[in-house]
Amino acid sequence: MKKPTLYLFLLLSLLLALPAVAQEPVTDDEVNAVARDLYCPVCENTPLDVCPTQACQDWRDEIRMQLAQGKSEEEIQQYFVERYGPRVLAEPPREGFNQIVWLLPIAGVVIGAVLFGLYLNNLRKEGVDETGEVAQSTAPVPPPAADEDEYISRVEKELRE
Amino acid sequence: MNETITTATDTNTQNEAAEETTERGSLRWSTVLVWGGVIALLALFGWGLLNANEGRPEEGTVAPDFEMQFFDGYQWKDLENASLEDMQGQVVVLNFWASWCVECRVEADLLESTWRQYRDQGVVFLGVAYVDSEQKSLAYLEEFGITYPNAPDLGSEISNEYKITGVPETFFIGKDGQVSDFVLGPVNATMLQNEIQTLLAQ
Repeated sequence: MKKPTLYLFLLLSLLLALPAVAQEPVTDDEVNAVARDLYCPVCENTPLDVCPTQACQDWRDEIRMQLAQGKSEEEIQQYFVERYGPRVLAEPPREGFNQIVWLLPIAGVVIGAVLFGLYLNNLRKEGVDETGEVAQSTAPVPPPAADEDEYISRVEKELRE
Repeated sequence: MNETITTATDTNTQNEAAEETTERGSLRWSTVLVWGGVIALLALFGWGLLNANEGRPEEGTVAPDFEMQFFDGYQWKDLENASLEDMQGQVVVLNFWASWCVECRVEADLLESTWRQYRDQGVVFLGVAYVDSEQKSLAYLEEFGITYPNAPDLGSEISNEYKITGVPETFFIGKDGQVSDFVLGPVNATMLQNEIQTLLAQ
């Protein structure tokens, strides 16, 4: 075989082989990897990869089809959001009012830490003086009432006897 | 000497008082912060609860407006997009359905035959495909020979507005744009005829 003919033959073989490579079937694992981050509104709280309803089966077929077309996970998620709304996402998008979901726990931890620090600081100042001894309460101890004083004297007297 | 001691004592007392004031200030601020946070959280949850409990449009209230992007071949007056407002002055039968919904198949033929009966009498049937893939929706429409305007519920916006809880659900909207009745589950011939006749007579 002459060289140009050989090159032409090789090129044609390659072109014929390409569709076969492109049409490699999408596996269930690949579909489920995308599906597990999506929720169908019909069956709330059940991730798409394990949801047994027909609606979810249809969605998985849609994912399989789009994966076969070479779309990325992000592109498929975007398609589902545009078509069915952002509530299909397992994780709400970090924008607009949804940001509160992400900011609230962080704010809670920071505020809690500050308050706990203030509380500890307050305890330390109240409980220990500069020399490290336990401070006396600044409030004056009220003198025992007269009848109580008499009662204590009697008890002490009887104990001595 | 005595004056010096007195001055030192005064300074100490002032420092202690200043420290105490700072402590009280920070504690007061922390209390305000905590209560502010609690009130904000309660307000947020209250708002969420109110929204969650908001029901579907009641009879006699204005039907929420929406925009539809019709499926190819299922347009209204050859328009690709239309809103409910565009249909004011006509009786609208708004039906939510899905290709995966078994109950929807029960009413599909009836909806189509009733549409054919009233299409020239100022009645519009609108089908909204809820949580359905386009391919399956079109196959379903073809299977039942449906010809009335149909559109996907893009972004689930229409179903959110009408607070539907499943499919099929049908809303009857009068010429004045108000909801006159609502049917949960498949419609039957008698109720469909009665509703349309009543609304046409208004």
